[in-house]
Amino acid sequence: MKYLKLKSENIKVFYKDFQALYDVNMDIQEKRVTALIGPSGCGKSTFLRTINRLNELIEGTRTEGQIYLDEEPIYEKDRDVVGLRRKVGMVFQKPSVFPMSIYENVAYGPRIHGIKDRNRLSEIVERSLKAANLWNEISDRLNSPAARLSGGQQQRLVIARVLAVEPEVILMDEPASALDPISTSRLEDLIGELKKNYTIVIVTHNMQQAARISDYTGFFLNGHLVEFSRTDELFVNPRDKRTEDYITGRFG
Amino acid sequence: MGKYIEDGLTAYRMKAKSEKISVPRPHRIKPLNLERGIEWLLKLSAAIAILAIVLITVFIFARGIPLIFKTGLIDFIFNLKWSPSHGSYGIATMLVGSLVITLSSLIWAVPLGILSAIFMAEVAPSRIGNLLGRLVELLAGIPSVVFGFFGLIVIVPFIRSHLGGNGMSVLAGAIILGIMILPTIISISRDSILTVPKEYKEGSLALGATHIQSISGVILPAARSGIITAVVLGMGRAIGETMAVVMVTGNSTIIPGSILSPVRTMTSNIVLEMGYAAGDHQAALFATGAVLFIFIVILNLVVSFSIKAGKNYAN
Amino acid sequence: MLTNNTREKLIKAFLWLSGLIIVAILFIIIAYIAIKGVSAINLDFILEAPRRAGKEGGIWTTIVSTVYLTLVSLLIAVPIGVGSAIHLEEYALRRSWFANLVNLTAETLAGIPSIVFGLFGFVFFVIFLQMGWSIISGSLTMAIMILPTITRTAQEAILAVPAEYRENSLALGASKWQTISRVVLPSAVPGIITGIILSIGRAVGETAALILTAGSSLGMPGGLLDPARTMSVHLYILAMEGISMDRAFGTAFLIIVLIVIINYLANLSLCRMSQVSRQI
Repeated sequence: MKYLKLKSENIKVFYKDFQALYDVNMDIQEKRVTALIGPSGCGKSTFLRTINRLNELIEGTRTEGQIYLDEEPIYEKDRDVVGLRRKVGMVFQKPSVFPMSIYENVAYGPRIHGIKDRNRLSEIVERSLKAANLWNEISDRLNSPAARLSGGQQQRLVIARVLAVEPEVILMDEPASALDPISTSRLEDLIGELKKNYTIVIVTHNMQQAARISDYTGFFLNGHLVEFSRTDELFVNPRDKRTEDYITGRFG
Repeated sequence: MGKYIEDGLTAYRMKAKSEKISVPRPHRIKPLNLERGIEWLLKLSAAIAILAIVLITVFIFARGIPLIFKTGLIDFIFNLKWSPSHGSYGIATMLVGSLVITLSSLIWAVPLGILSAIFMAEVAPSRIGNLLGRLVELLAGIPSVVFGFFGLIVIVPFIRSHLGGNGMSVLAGAIILGIMILPTIISISRDSILTVPKEYKEGSLALGATHIQSISGVILPAARSGIITAVVLGMGRAIGETMAVVMVTGNSTIIPGSILSPVRTMTSNIVLEMGYAAGDHQAALFATGAVLFIFIVILNLVVSFSIKAGKNYAN
Repeated sequence: MLTNNTREKLIKAFLWLSGLIIVAILFIIIAYIAIKGVSAINLDFILEAPRRAGKEGGIWTTIVSTVYLTLVSLLIAVPIGVGSAIHLEEYALRRSWFANLVNLTAETLAGIPSIVFGLFGFVFFVIFLQMGWSIISGSLTMAIMILPTITRTAQEAILAVPAEYRENSLALGASKWQTISRVVLPSAVPGIITGIILSIGRAVGETAALILTAGSSLGMPGGLLDPARTMSVHLYILAMEGISMDRAFGTAFLIIVLIVIINYLANLSLCRMSQVSRQI
């Protein structure tokens, strides 16, 4: 039983005069991991950020085309962007914890969405930290500053913070690029668990990682989505010559 | 709001599983009015600075300009006679007083200030340089009335007993004002020397120039616009200074004949007479303020021009 | 002709000398006032109200007036200054005419001499708005004077908050104002405090503008509409009218002690600010 969670239709993104994306069409399935790969500057992160409309934070950005989340268009004049971003969480490249305690970091999202009850907050914090495989390591020091955690722990804290908002889609922008190999492998395990409940779109520059964790893979080059298919197909039988060059490392 | 997280999510997921049901349009979670209101409030607070400067200009000029028209601009500026009881409002002596005091304080404070800025930025070990920087900040924080008091009880008697006159003089004003503008000159010059790219100095040293040669030949020219800014801002502070000057210069409305003669500045004039002035007399003080204001605006323009010129130079 | 080496050494010695002169100037001023002032200071001097125009008694009412005036001007200027910094850094488009104009006026305001502010405060607050010589007239004038400092330090502090904080918060579905009020501003607090401390220093030392707006009444101010004499104004009048040099020294010494403390606190909060940004 497959359900189409996200659908992008002819997405184009411009930064002032520069066109960063050309007509990207992509179907993203619910509760699957979709990986976006490609050389740096190819537009994969830009595409990721169209899904929660985060590109709009940069002055001079213009987006054309449409993305449907559960068949609802997200690029509409009166679309509630705040509500969209609640449904579509995002994990960034550099784990950026807020300068608050661990507890407050996780409780931040639920709080801004109006939950004030202490017990409910604690419950959400615990559940989210457990889901992010962090609870066992830090349950005894929830009130210490989050900045004291290690890089890998910070990245899982950021994921817990996203989970606390109960999103349906989680976008990840090279979440492992700042992590050591052990933390990376724990993160990959975590992604495997999360996909039982969440739709995950992940940008990675690490092709092995994409092959290990994703169900679908899209290859971007110079702002074009060159190829998009099941991960096993794309890595074993790429249809496009350019994809083949890239995944076999012959890309100059 | 919380309700959406609790119930909406599960309900939505159940629908999503049966695939065919179209998902209801998500309702607006929070009216955006609060956000809009805050945005306007913030913009309004930013506008207050503009409002303040407009009000300052309008009120001072509105109160002062009619008197200038009444006496005539030429008479107001060049008439040597300030005698409110006789209806004679000429600010020439005060205009000259302000300029004389300002220039004579710059004469010694600018060289000393620039030299110590060079010392702090280039010659002193960084610990000493930083310590000195803090002391200069402290000097900048001392209120002008304290400087004036110090001048009144130390400098004025010193001049009286060693150089003659009654001590209240151009010289006393120049010494105290110079001390007061030192921090402005030092800290801005020092900053601009510190921001000169290291490569300039290294390049010069690599050519066999000595440290001092590199300072005078490469670093100072590159920091030129910052140093000019420092001097002009120091000048602005000197012209506008009131309390310290009023306490040490004797305040006679005459053109000073020597550095030992007393003098009155435009600022002193305002603070001395505002308490009891009325009518035309008060208007004349406002007109003096307007002239001062114009001086400061011109100096500000010079500063922004010199900063711009500095940017061009750097490019 | 001197050799290059001796000339180099001579010039360096000269530069050391100029640094020493600066230290000497500061040291002489502070030491002189401290030595002469410390004997005038005792608990009575601080806690007693002045009598006979300040010839006798202490300076208690002027201390209260100084604190009163400083607090009221901060209450007015801090929300406006921080609000305007938030607008400039978070909402205004860079290089919009409005933002440029605000920045320009802030610069101009910072350069205007205090006597001009005094004139304005006198004609606008005291006369036009009929507030008279009062705490409120003085505080409103003072508030305009410290506005540029508060705005600029807050701007710098907000600018130093990492962009990732904003992205993360927005990506969690927070609105712009929620992001600013819960993540950006708390991180900018040390910088804002630095601005407040610097402003306190300015308010404590201000004289010219306050003589024209708050008056010089020695009484204990009861309300916002009462006139008041701050410590600096008191020092000026004591010294200029030769009322009591002892008490002038004591007042000057207390002002300097306050300024040294304020300076120390400002440095401390600047240090904390750079530590916070290093943590990030």
